[in-house]
Amino acid sequence: MKNSNPEKPFNPETDPLISVKDLQKNFKGLHALNGVSLDIYKGDVVFVVGPSGSGKSTFLRCLNRLEEPSGGEIFFEGVEITDRAVDINKHRQKMGMVFQQFNLFPHMTVLKNMTQAPIKLQHISKAEAEAEARKLLDRVGLLDRENAYPNQLSGGQKQRIAIVRALCMKPDVMLFDEPTSALDPEMVGEVLQVMRGLAEEKMTMVVVTHEMAFAREVASKIVFMADGQILETGTPDEFFNHPKTERLKQFLDKVL
Amino acid sequence: MNFFSAVGEDISNFFTEFGNDFYLNFIKNARWQYLVNGLGVTLKVTLFAVIIGIVLGFLVAIIRSTHDKAGTMTPFLKFVLNVLNFLCNVYLTVIRGTPVLVQLLIIYFVIFASVRIDKSFVAIIAFGVNSGAYVAEIVRGGIMSIDQGQFEAGRSLGFNFAQTMWYIIIPQTFKNVLPALGNEFIVLLKETSVAGYIALEDLTKGGDIIRSQTFSALLPLLAVAAIYLLMVVLLSNLLKILERRLRSSEK
Repeated sequence: MKNSNPEKPFNPETDPLISVKDLQKNFKGLHALNGVSLDIYKGDVVFVVGPSGSGKSTFLRCLNRLEEPSGGEIFFEGVEITDRAVDINKHRQKMGMVFQQFNLFPHMTVLKNMTQAPIKLQHISKAEAEAEARKLLDRVGLLDRENAYPNQLSGGQKQRIAIVRALCMKPDVMLFDEPTSALDPEMVGEVLQVMRGLAEEKMTMVVVTHEMAFAREVASKIVFMADGQILETGTPDEFFNHPKTERLKQFLDKVL
Repeated sequence: MNFFSAVGEDISNFFTEFGNDFYLNFIKNARWQYLVNGLGVTLKVTLFAVIIGIVLGFLVAIIRSTHDKAGTMTPFLKFVLNVLNFLCNVYLTVIRGTPVLVQLLIIYFVIFASVRIDKSFVAIIAFGVNSGAYVAEIVRGGIMSIDQGQFEAGRSLGFNFAQTMWYIIIPQTFKNVLPALGNEFIVLLKETSVAGYIALEDLTKGGDIIRSQTFSALLPLLAVAAIYLLMVVLLSNLLKILERRLRSSEK
């Protein structure tokens, strides 16, 4: 296993939790990512925004190698996870992911959805995993739904379950891929509320979204992507009030 | 003689004849045993062939869909997978491209020609291997129909490919393909009736032996048909109950 800096062990307080270097991704003939570099530190809440087709979802999916990068390097907790020899499954356990389409397992109850992975992968006892799951369910106000099946839930409930399912693995970072885009408008709030709570607890988060107001409120850092590249990175204030590039100005004019 | 007594005589003649026929075909010399023993053989062959078919079918389906959808892997794994996939394709093409009866005859008279071997074992192998090919395509279709997001959700939690298949994809696949699988097994049950070609005394052969002894075809063959029908109806109902139970989790 390669380390970003072999001389020095990974220090979670000073070294970036995730370090992306010159990331490339080609789909047959299409340059989806064209040299993306970004450091994400512990406790960062990074929002990735940009026009559709800008590569932001591809970027997020490359972080846990659901999408296999065509080039460049990604270091997670000091380990180069783009190295083929690395056991990516180990590292994915520490990177929770939430999808636009929820992707709950329809053949399992809410509780089983949440406890399956911790029981099988972290060898936690069933009782312990269920106690942990109930704690999380209580936090998102869905304790009474533990025996429900996913298609008995509303979209907002499904997404809240998907978030706590990922949290059950006690991840070091949470990746959100347009978590509210498939929701009815009246259900967006309840999901954002859960994410806001996570941000307040200093969970490291990378969020791809179109919710600009939410980004302004919660983000510690906003990344603007277009044409497979990062054009601008800054705090919400810099991003919304002092955009530097013409491209971002145009984008903000359209979405605000 | 008036009309009514004539009809009455006909009816009573019919019953006497039927009684005689029934006695001749089933009671005399305990011929019913041909049917009972034959039924036992048919059930045994079908049951074990189904098991072989399921195991083989799922195995081939998983290899083929892994080959089609798995992402990057080491060159060695890729090579192994390509070879396995090629073998699976050969298997599917040959088995689905030739009649099951020809396969049965080849396995009995060619492959096991020089060994003395239990005929029902040969039938189990032949029908199991044959059924496996059809099960494989049913299951592969089922796997491919599961939303890709399910797969990604499993992998993102840290499950490896096999765990994702086992815990997440296969259970959903099984539920989806159950009706088609059930149909395949009903076909298989009836298909075993050609086992008489290798002189295996299954249900059909049992009825045919009675026919050849009594020179009366109607009752033995009707009985054989009725027993198949009964089994198929029972099996369909069993599958219906199983389906309903599996579906209940989604209501």
